[in-house]
Amino acid sequence: MEKVIDIKHLNKSFGNHEVLRDVNFSVAKGEVVSLIGSSGSGKSTLLRCINLLETPSGGEIIYKGENILDRNHDVRQYRTHLGMVFQNFNLFNNHNVLKNCVVGQQKVLKRSKAEAEENALKYLEIVGMDKYINAKPSQLSGGQKQRVAIARALSMSPDVMLFDEPTSALDPEMVGEVLKVMRMLADEGNTMLIVTHEMEFAKEVSDRIVFMDKGVIVEEGPPSQVLVNPQHDRTKEFLKRTLKQ
Amino acid sequence: MSLESILSILQDNWPSYLRGAYITLLIAIFSTIIGALIGLFIGVMHTIPLRKKSFKSVVLKIINIILSVYVEVFRGTPMIVQAMVVFYGIAAYGYVMDTFIAGVLVVSLNTGAYMAEYVRGGIVSIEKGQYEAAEAIGMNHFQTMIHVILPQVIRNILPATGNQLIMNIKDSAVLSVISVTELYFSASSVAGATFKFAEPYLIACIMYLIMTFAASQLLRFLEKKLDGPSDYNFQTGKEVA
Repeated sequence: MEKVIDIKHLNKSFGNHEVLRDVNFSVAKGEVVSLIGSSGSGKSTLLRCINLLETPSGGEIIYKGENILDRNHDVRQYRTHLGMVFQNFNLFNNHNVLKNCVVGQQKVLKRSKAEAEENALKYLEIVGMDKYINAKPSQLSGGQKQRVAIARALSMSPDVMLFDEPTSALDPEMVGEVLKVMRMLADEGNTMLIVTHEMEFAKEVSDRIVFMDKGVIVEEGPPSQVLVNPQHDRTKEFLKRTLKQ
Repeated sequence: MSLESILSILQDNWPSYLRGAYITLLIAIFSTIIGALIGLFIGVMHTIPLRKKSFKSVVLKIINIILSVYVEVFRGTPMIVQAMVVFYGIAAYGYVMDTFIAGVLVVSLNTGAYMAEYVRGGIVSIEKGQYEAAEAIGMNHFQTMIHVILPQVIRNILPATGNQLIMNIKDSAVLSVISVTELYFSASSVAGATFKFAEPYLIACIMYLIMTFAASQLLRFLEKKLDGPSDYNFQTGKEVA
């Protein structure tokens, strides 16, 4: 299967602290991959390294046959192909819902205003936020903000959607509406990489689960294997702890 | 001092007072706008992220040092002294500036020095997530500033800018030392001509108060306008497209 992103020997350290150690990992087209692991295991850092919000200390990130960590590679161009959804939504506070989904298309992808708005409305409708296009982020609930953030990322027509704990900052009753949208996107065949603590959700939607601990990938495979019949002690221990809660 | 004497002075000198107030307002408004632009420029220059050890970063560092010196000098000296130094300093080189332009220059530079710090603080206080979201979407630093960060900074520093406008209306009075014909200058001319002192300055006092009060109300209105309506309407996509 065609690999959209291929990561080889990725390292990341903050000062003396090694957060990622020799991570090898890839995402295929149309695949839904969930990264799980306890806090501090490096899963968020891995996701942030992929779109270069953190600069890796070493290794390669191959996208369309090119190593984007090469010094002269156009990072901004590459980033437009990745849709990022943050834990804290990070909607642009100065823009309303529609403008949030339009500004990147217009300024970065140089789409016309009409085209960008049409596109934005299409995705806002998919996430069920098309009625709120006039609202400012401060007027929305957490779940609504996150759905707008998803629409904003989709509007850029990315090859891969990256989700960094998209439901961790939400009240329990709002988690459902966001997961519902994500489930729909997964069913439509979008390529998705999800950092999550929602084990049930990960089990349902993922083609593959990657378990990380202390900066390394311990185990990966289909949910039926990693979540139901884990091979490693560390995975077993982690699952026992999370399922108990 | 009686109401009658005030009214009679006003009757004889109102054109001079009005001209003075007009000049005061012009100087205050121009200087606040120019000063705010200077402040924005310096604030942005101070927050440009650069790779270490590139040629650009060395140039930027030098520019930033010069800008910091400017800020310290103009914040650290009285405006009345700055006015004298700028006006007579330039005159010493054989070029006599128009006093109005010299006045705008001095007040602008003074305002810019203060605004630079407000802007820098405003930029620093914007949460990191706003930058990350803009970066993740593929915006460069310039686009991030223009479309995401500065609009929020400008909203946040608006109250400080309003303060600065009010201060400029009042403090432009010191420009009378270089003979700018603003409101205080008008009042002292009237005082000199009528040999009365309380009345002419009381009139000026009231006029300053009217101007500063109007300015603060105007800015309050502008803030509300920028914030937009506090409620929003449901709208379907078809109405927009």
